[in-house]
Amino acid sequence: MSQDVELDRVTMRFGEVTAVRDVSLTIRAGEFFSFLGPSGCGKTTILRLISGFMEPSGGAVRIGGRDMRGIGPNRRPTALIFQNLALFPLMTVAENIGFGLEVRGIGAAERRRRVDALLDLVALPEAGRKKVSELSGGQRQRIAIARALAVEPSVLLLDEPLSALDLKLRQHMRAELRAIQRRTGVTFIYITHDQGEALTMSDRIGVMSGGVLEQVGDARSLYDAPETAFVASFVGENNRFPGTVAQLDGGMAALDTPFGRLVGRNPRGVRQGERAILFVRPERLAPAGNPPAGAPPAGNVVESRVTHQDFEGAFVNTFLEGTGSGPIVVQTPHTGAPPPVPADGPARLRFEAADAIVLPAGGLADERG
Amino acid sequence: MGEVVRRYGPWLSALIVGLVGFWIVVLVVLPQLMMVDFSFRPMLPPAELGGPQDVYTLRNYETLWANTIHRSIFFQTIWASALVTACTLAVCYPIAYFMAQVADRKTLPLLVLLLIIPFWINELLRTFAWYVVLAFNGPLNWLLLSLGLIDAPERWLGTPGAVILGMVYVYILFMVFPIYNAMESLDRNQVEAARDLGASWTRIHRRVVIPHAKPGIAVGCIMTFMLAAGSYAVPSILGGPNSRWFTEIIYNWFFEGGNWNQGAAYAFILLILCVGFILLMMRLFKVGLTDVAK
Repeated sequence: MSQDVELDRVTMRFGEVTAVRDVSLTIRAGEFFSFLGPSGCGKTTILRLISGFMEPSGGAVRIGGRDMRGIGPNRRPTALIFQNLALFPLMTVAENIGFGLEVRGIGAAERRRRVDALLDLVALPEAGRKKVSELSGGQRQRIAIARALAVEPSVLLLDEPLSALDLKLRQHMRAELRAIQRRTGVTFIYITHDQGEALTMSDRIGVMSGGVLEQVGDARSLYDAPETAFVASFVGENNRFPGTVAQLDGGMAALDTPFGRLVGRNPRGVRQGERAILFVRPERLAPAGNPPAGAPPAGNVVESRVTHQDFEGAFVNTFLEGTGSGPIVVQTPHTGAPPPVPADGPARLRFEAADAIVLPAGGLADERG
Repeated sequence: MGEVVRRYGPWLSALIVGLVGFWIVVLVVLPQLMMVDFSFRPMLPPAELGGPQDVYTLRNYETLWANTIHRSIFFQTIWASALVTACTLAVCYPIAYFMAQVADRKTLPLLVLLLIIPFWINELLRTFAWYVVLAFNGPLNWLLLSLGLIDAPERWLGTPGAVILGMVYVYILFMVFPIYNAMESLDRNQVEAARDLGASWTRIHRRVVIPHAKPGIAVGCIMTFMLAAGSYAVPSILGGPNSRWFTEIIYNWFFEGGNWNQGAAYAFILLILCVGFILLMMRLFKVGLTDVAK
């Protein structure tokens, strides 16, 4: 019995500070939705607004079509998994999971039956009698999920619950969370600053920055078709070439940058003379080779000097001197052969105009800063 | 011990150990033993001390059971001390909870200061302040009269209520700080988690906050109970003939009756019964000694 969550022009102010600004969004029933953003972007505030620990300064939160204003966290159809899990250390695992049922006045026998079913769901059938302190990090994680699911919420809210785990366990728990979500069909709303988590688990992702919902979409559309400069640089790695729009041609825009004129797609319709940034993914850059003598200058060629090279295993990252906004990165697959970009000295790189995207400047943290 | 010698050298170590030993043996253990010895001997004129009359006896202890007035005052004291402890707990638990879980970092120092400032004044003076407040023509009666809550001034002084009120006030800090200490380490997320799972405030306190704060509550209650049962100033200032405290009787034996032997026996009965009462309560509320030591 999952329900959709509707945020209708939700705004949250703390004194002078606006933590969430005019966010409108519908999270569909049964969806795995992630809010992704750097710390302080307002994603935790959104979670607390949905769970009822805060009331919005403006706008409305609706769950299953019902306005939640004035309804406390203990009476909302949501359950929250805290960043530090907040399991009750003085209760056994079974008492932890059964707490929400105990609160609802469910008898001991029925409670035991449901707790056992939940322990099976999270694959810890023998853990009921244990103390919380006897469990490992990953096990605690699962108990926290079981405790939240025990109250049969329509919406499960997760506040970066994997951040305390080590890398291997984190990757395992991602798959586990996804599987539990599929099995139960509960709407999951997941908060994270880790794009790997957001991209791999979610049906859809909302990227937030400075209290504003920048873009909502599935992982692929965020990566391939970012709508703002912030999303382009926050989701995945991206090379930035800031400049001024010099020429428009159909769906393409040419930018005058410190590396010469570069051309990319223009989905947002930047205008002539406007400040804009051209983004190219590191894996879309390729060595250009030397131009044949006397040939006219080719399009979308960047010349710079290699500073260093990082071997990452499956691929090699080569760093070149860039503009003020960080180095240029080229990613080439590691095939066993020497990398196509030399480890030092001058290098020429090229990219297809269709692989580059021109977006209006502004909205980047390091520009505001 | 080796650690102490290594750190401070043999002379300084000997001095430290010697002073601590002197303090424990001469100032604590020996006087207590002397009182134990006193309590088992009859009171005799100096001439007969060491004579055939000077033998060990339980007579001093028997006096309490024979004297119905003393006995009823004794049980009244235990009962009233328990009542003082319960009232102090009722007053201090919300204060401690507010300080530990609700107040933000900016208001907390101010709160602590407000709690501590009155305690810079001597206990006797604070009790005399209550004497003034509770007086027949005092501010409390004036306030209640002008609010229309009573028609004629009440006589508060000398009632058990006045004694209990005065004691609750005097012992607040001994209750607030142990509870605050225990509650402070409670993760605020746990309260929120319980609330998110649907728990009412009473259930959150019963299942999450109180179990966590139990060692602090136990320490606060033990201290308050012991201090209340052994209190002298408050009952003698605010009390009257109807609210006599057992300590006043002990005092009378020592300094008015001049019968130290009898006084010592009474003092030990009070001590032993208080300890027994505390152990019983700890058993009842399932608090272990290790919890208290935490």
